[in-house]
Amino acid sequence: MNAIQMILVVGVAFLAGMEGILDEWQFHQPLVACTLIGLVTGHLDLGVILGGQLQMIALGWANIGAAVAPDAALASVASAIILVEGGQGTAGIGTATGIAIPLAVAGLFLTMIVRTISTAIVHIMDAQAKKGNWRMINVWQWIAVCLQGLRIAIPAALLLAIPASTVRGWLAMMPQWLSAGMTIGGGMVVAVGYAMVINMMASKEVWPFFAIGFALAAIKDLTLIALGAIGLSMALMYLALEAKGGNGSGSNNSGDAGTGDPLGDIIDDY
Amino acid sequence: MADKKIKLTKRDRFNVMWHSQFLQGSWNYERMQNGGYAYSMIPALRKLYPDKKDLSAALQRHLVFFNTHPYLASPVLGVTLALEEDKANGAPVTDDAIQGVKVGMMGPLAGVGDPVFWYTVRPIVGALGASMAISGNIMGPILFFVIWNIIRIAFLWYTQEFGYSAGSAITNDMSGGMLQKVTRGASMMGMFVLGALIERWVNIKFTPIVSQTPIQKGGYIEWDKLPSGAKGIQEALTQWNMGNGKALSSTKVTTLQDNLDSLIPGLAGLLLTFFCMWLLKKKVSPIWIIIGIFVIGVLFHVWGIL
Repeated sequence: MNAIQMILVVGVAFLAGMEGILDEWQFHQPLVACTLIGLVTGHLDLGVILGGQLQMIALGWANIGAAVAPDAALASVASAIILVEGGQGTAGIGTATGIAIPLAVAGLFLTMIVRTISTAIVHIMDAQAKKGNWRMINVWQWIAVCLQGLRIAIPAALLLAIPASTVRGWLAMMPQWLSAGMTIGGGMVVAVGYAMVINMMASKEVWPFFAIGFALAAIKDLTLIALGAIGLSMALMYLALEAKGGNGSGSNNSGDAGTGDPLGDIIDDY
Repeated sequence: MADKKIKLTKRDRFNVMWHSQFLQGSWNYERMQNGGYAYSMIPALRKLYPDKKDLSAALQRHLVFFNTHPYLASPVLGVTLALEEDKANGAPVTDDAIQGVKVGMMGPLAGVGDPVFWYTVRPIVGALGASMAISGNIMGPILFFVIWNIIRIAFLWYTQEFGYSAGSAITNDMSGGMLQKVTRGASMMGMFVLGALIERWVNIKFTPIVSQTPIQKGGYIEWDKLPSGAKGIQEALTQWNMGNGKALSSTKVTTLQDNLDSLIPGLAGLLLTFFCMWLLKKKVSPIWIIIGIFVIGVLFHVWGIL
């Protein structure tokens, strides 16, 4: 990796760190972060594939209130750097995925440190507000955002400082059964993210939707877009039918029979 | 000072929207998004309060505790903009009224944003992009990035405008029927897609062999009787017929996975997901579950189960 590439990698890491907390443009999502690192290092295809793998694992990770979600930014940036430096090509993706997980945990602690520093920053903002100095509030907001960027950029720079040959040496020491096992683990670990999301959303009302989705997914001809369309349509139909039932001023659904309304006909079928 | 009307232009409101993308930048344990909220309001407050004392009061007013979903802060900002505009033009809007609106909206709105954005839109768009990316298709990340940001920016802008034009009247709308419907609809679609994702993407393959039965003569391709060269390959492929014709070897190997697949495809992934849900409900940290799964993956591979 040459100097320009290293600077670009650190730049991507900075963006990912900022976004890890802002959660707007999604530069911290593995799909984007790994792809960008792959792009600037000249291993675009590797970055894209690793991003896809990690994205599947990270689908359910979200910054919600007090719930602790692993940090996708550090996980995707660092594992992408290791994958590129390791020089194992697509064979290294399973290992890189496995390494990403402890990194995601480490990232959490870094976030906590910066959020604690931010507490001091808002006190400076208080003082500036008293003076009516809006420019300084802007400046301190930017400083706070930059600290979040450095949270990922510094570890990325440290990782780049390790010579690629050393990284290769470590990866070569890893026995085949371990890397194969980690690839298998990576295939299963996706379930944790889904479980987190389901626990948040599940209610009696929505479980049938889950069952239908699970059953239909076995039909491999249906693409994700098709499945999304089916899911959306069913949700809309459910809400529309429910509203209709409510409009019947307490009478039950049979009151809609024979109106020639397609929705009414569907209700009749129930 | 309130002689002439100060009006916020579309450009001012756009600046507020742009700033609001940094809402969580100074997220802190004490007052959470307060710094970001004040920062978002600055483009408008600067214009509304040319007097330094008024501006100082306004800035301090918005540095109090605030926390909601980062995108759902936009309708709150919109309403606050309308209120601040009235106040700057001399209407008797008290600090308490502004604070009341902010607090009243942030709770219910956070409850809408999480299921809609984090649990429905992002998993769906993310899974769409990831499933393309896994096969090395660059369109995966591009689609994810573009679709997500179009949805996000449109949402930020239109809900902020909606809040601005409706003023504090929307507080009732927001917590009432409409938003609840959106949340419920999103949960339904989200659960549907989750069911599909678990079937497709939780990969567990049990390798133990359940049975090895010899296949009757004629049921498999007799390799030694094929013509030699390319002709032979063609003949073999014709006989194999994409897996629908003759078998490739003289014994039929059935793994545990084949048995499970004929019963319910994806069952193992589903059970694993349910097990994770149960662990999470028992307050086991997701990080330990993830590490545990990797350990199990390695151990079971060494033992020849996976």
